[in-house]
Amino acid sequence: MIRDLTLPLHKPAALPLRAGDLVTLSGVLYTARDAAHKRLINLLREGKPLPFPLKDQVIYYVGPSPAPAGLPIGSAGPTTSYRMDSYTPELLSLGLGGMIGKGRRSPEVIEAMRRYGAVYFGATGGAAALLARSVLSCEVIAFPDLGPEAVRRLTVERFPAIVLIDSMGNNLYEIGPAACTRRAER
Amino acid sequence: MRELPVTDVQAAVRGLFLQINRRVSPDIEAAMRRALERETSPAARYVLTQLTDNYAAAAETGLPLCQDTGMAVCFLTVGQDVHFTGGSLTQAVEQGVRDAYIEGCFRKSIVSDPLFDRVNTGDNTPAVIHLSLVPGESVRILAMAKGFGSENMSRVFMLPPAAGEEGVLDAVVTAVREAGPNPCPPVIVGVGIGGDFETAPLMAKRATARPIGVHHPDARYAALEEKALERINRSMIGAAGIGGLTTALWVSAEYAPTHIAGMPVAVCICCHASRHAETVL
Repeated sequence: MIRDLTLPLHKPAALPLRAGDLVTLSGVLYTARDAAHKRLINLLREGKPLPFPLKDQVIYYVGPSPAPAGLPIGSAGPTTSYRMDSYTPELLSLGLGGMIGKGRRSPEVIEAMRRYGAVYFGATGGAAALLARSVLSCEVIAFPDLGPEAVRRLTVERFPAIVLIDSMGNNLYEIGPAACTRRAER
Repeated sequence: MRELPVTDVQAAVRGLFLQINRRVSPDIEAAMRRALERETSPAARYVLTQLTDNYAAAAETGLPLCQDTGMAVCFLTVGQDVHFTGGSLTQAVEQGVRDAYIEGCFRKSIVSDPLFDRVNTGDNTPAVIHLSLVPGESVRILAMAKGFGSENMSRVFMLPPAAGEEGVLDAVVTAVREAGPNPCPPVIVGVGIGGDFETAPLMAKRATARPIGVHHPDARYAALEEKALERINRSMIGAAGIGGLTTALWVSAEYAPTHIAGMPVAVCICCHASRHAETVL
């Protein structure tokens, strides 16, 4: 069964999600990866406002390829999330509701997700041309000099994702392979 | 002596990168469809279905298969009786890469300085160029677009000779296990054994371009490839690392003579969209 979720991700929708749930996401999300995260944290250090609200919002770790004429965005699959780990707990403490990426997260990120009730979704790495079809619009809202790493506001419709780590700290990267191993041994 | 205009090289490089970023090779597509057929985990099937649907999405839109269109790597195997005319061979390769990445609307992912400035060069150059000279008068160009999700998970192990076959298998399985979901499994694994600190990874990277289903001609290395693949897939890391039957599509090993005191082992991990193609001029 695939569960359809709406963004921003308010707590009543976020908290019941469990690792392994197959979902689609519809609504507004923001993109940021390595260089943009560094700048967001620098803005916080300087006491300056961020270019987008954090409360219940979802950040997608993506640096899309350029949009060809007639399409809102180029290919847009997830990048590997651990590179954002050092910045993430602070953003979660300020209300960030979820992240979309791929790959493992640090214990510090998972602990912050539990504390603040956030969800880590996986998008399929390498399904980038397909995922682009779920993007209805794309607008650069900050750091345009970063090119593919600029912060973008995306409107997505039925963007396919999987709950990788839920707000209880259950982790599909541990549960999934373990379950397959048990099945194979039976 | 054969004269070859460098513009021919430029055009070939451009064509190769336009092709590989948009179309997966038939052997990989077939292996991915087999992985989907045999998969039993619903979540892994969800992922593998998206990945096989992605081939059609890229073909229909002209978008690259992955937004990370990689660092452009070219292995040039040049016949020593070729004389390149009309300019610099290196600049011709760079121009071919530049042309493909701009024309193809591919992402430019190269920064000029790795540590301090990290300013994007804007055209995905410079490329990584490996040149080797062989007898004859043809030029073979192997182009690879290497994404860094998987490149970051590649490893070099300087093993002692006593580590033996088990040591090599351990190194390969360790690299894939510790990489887990990060390099976009199902992965293709290239293993370079022997040589020295820099030849082992070169062999490993080149090995990732060997077609799926083609083993090393030496039966002992072919058996090693089989064992490594079997052990990797026993990990059940699966597609996207969320648990499944196919963690690696293939393992290719290459070897070279080495020193009496060592056995370097390099493990190059490549994502399921292993983008490479070869042409001969």
